[in-house]
Amino acid sequence: MSFFANLRRLDRRWIFLAIGLLVVVPLLAGFHIAPVLPGSRAKGFYDAIEKLPPGSTVVLAGDYDPGTIAENYPMHLAAARQLMARNIKIIAVELYPGGPPLADRVFRIAGAEYHKQERIDYVNLGYKSGNEAVMSQMGSSIPVTFPADRSGVPVTRIPVMKGIENFGQIALLVSISAGYPGTKEWVQQVVSRYHVPMIAGVTAVSAPEYYPYLQAGQLQGLLGGMAGGAEYEVLVKHEGLATRGMDAQSLAHVFIAFMILLGNLAALPQRSAKGGK
Amino acid sequence: MHLSGDIGVWIAALLTLGIFSFLYKDNPAYKLCEHLFVGVSAGYYVVLNYFSVVRPNLLDPLFHGGAHTDFLLVIPLGLGVLLFSRFFPKGDWLSRWSIALILGVYPALRITGFGQGDFVEQIHGTMLPLWVPGHWGTTIGNWILIVGLLTTLIFFFFSKEHKGALGGTARVGVYFLMVSFGASYGYTVMARISLLIGRVMFLLHDWLGVLHL
Repeated sequence: MSFFANLRRLDRRWIFLAIGLLVVVPLLAGFHIAPVLPGSRAKGFYDAIEKLPPGSTVVLAGDYDPGTIAENYPMHLAAARQLMARNIKIIAVELYPGGPPLADRVFRIAGAEYHKQERIDYVNLGYKSGNEAVMSQMGSSIPVTFPADRSGVPVTRIPVMKGIENFGQIALLVSISAGYPGTKEWVQQVVSRYHVPMIAGVTAVSAPEYYPYLQAGQLQGLLGGMAGGAEYEVLVKHEGLATRGMDAQSLAHVFIAFMILLGNLAALPQRSAKGGK
Repeated sequence: MHLSGDIGVWIAALLTLGIFSFLYKDNPAYKLCEHLFVGVSAGYYVVLNYFSVVRPNLLDPLFHGGAHTDFLLVIPLGLGVLLFSRFFPKGDWLSRWSIALILGVYPALRITGFGQGDFVEQIHGTMLPLWVPGHWGTTIGNWILIVGLLTTLIFFFFSKEHKGALGGTARVGVYFLMVSFGASYGYTVMARISLLIGRVMFLLHDWLGVLHL
């Protein structure tokens, strides 16, 4: 039996095993195949925060849950680090029910590193159901939409919320998004209506959907998946989970591309036998 | 190696391995994990929605508001209760009032959002100069974008058979679509591998303690 005939009969579990090894070995060995070089989209994300004057206020929307931690969490943490390093006040909201504990974790880590205090330098307003309706209502009044923070403290008693009424006082919208509701809805409901500058960090599977927003200038920067997160970590000079996973990512990609090529070559004799039909 | 002493980490690790076992073949361990996931997720979201939605937005301001009681909340409470009428065949029509409100508000929000955020802004985003002096890259990029846009739009024009010049243009549109599908597939592969890396990092770092981050 020919090599290609054997390949066509290959048990797919060998491929799963190979992918598993290509992920585990680079993580354990900790070698670096190639340096992570930030692209223009990640630089746009980074520069949008760098341009903000210290003391300005941003809305940081953490619209994801544990299902996409591997992609969204590193970029969320890196964004919080850059914002805190620049002394920018953060108002965090989450439109995913599983999001608030992850945002708490991000602020606990970044807040301790930069000596920032909850409710003075940042606040987590928590989860609110209603998707686009919440975004739209925030345009009228953020304190009415979120009358209290995640712990139940009224926003009237939270220093970081002082003077904040709606998006008119928000210098930048940072969306860390896993899907719906997320970046697309923030663009539609907030950027278009209130003309707030916006940057986004999204899962890789949804990233192509947001390129038109980037091209049209509705987004200033875009981080796509773990690769985008790794590029951004390099820019904020705090390499973390995303950067650490990139070697495994690259090897797995090369292997999958190779298998696609091999699979098509293996299928060629069959197609020829059927007359190319 | 520094094994975790956290029972929560052990449960999560064993459930992860149970789900991964499906890659070998379907088995009782996978079935157990799958059923646990469905049951726990349903229960978790019911409790979460009660404490993060129903209680702070409706019950507390209505029944524990004291001097600031918002009596207008009786209206959404009534509309919410009407939704449960679907369980009773004789009165299920009552739920249509609530559904009508939902159907009225959401399409309006989404249509206006789409109109402003996608339709107008995206057309505006394609009004590009086809000659940018001194910037060959930008000029070529603008041409590719506009040709791709027009040919793809023509591919979706079904009022005339795709023959002759129309067919040729539509075929160019297909090539642009294929490139975009390829890019989407590449990103999907990256997303799935990222999720695997995340789980492997959890197993090696949080559970087994053999990976130092």
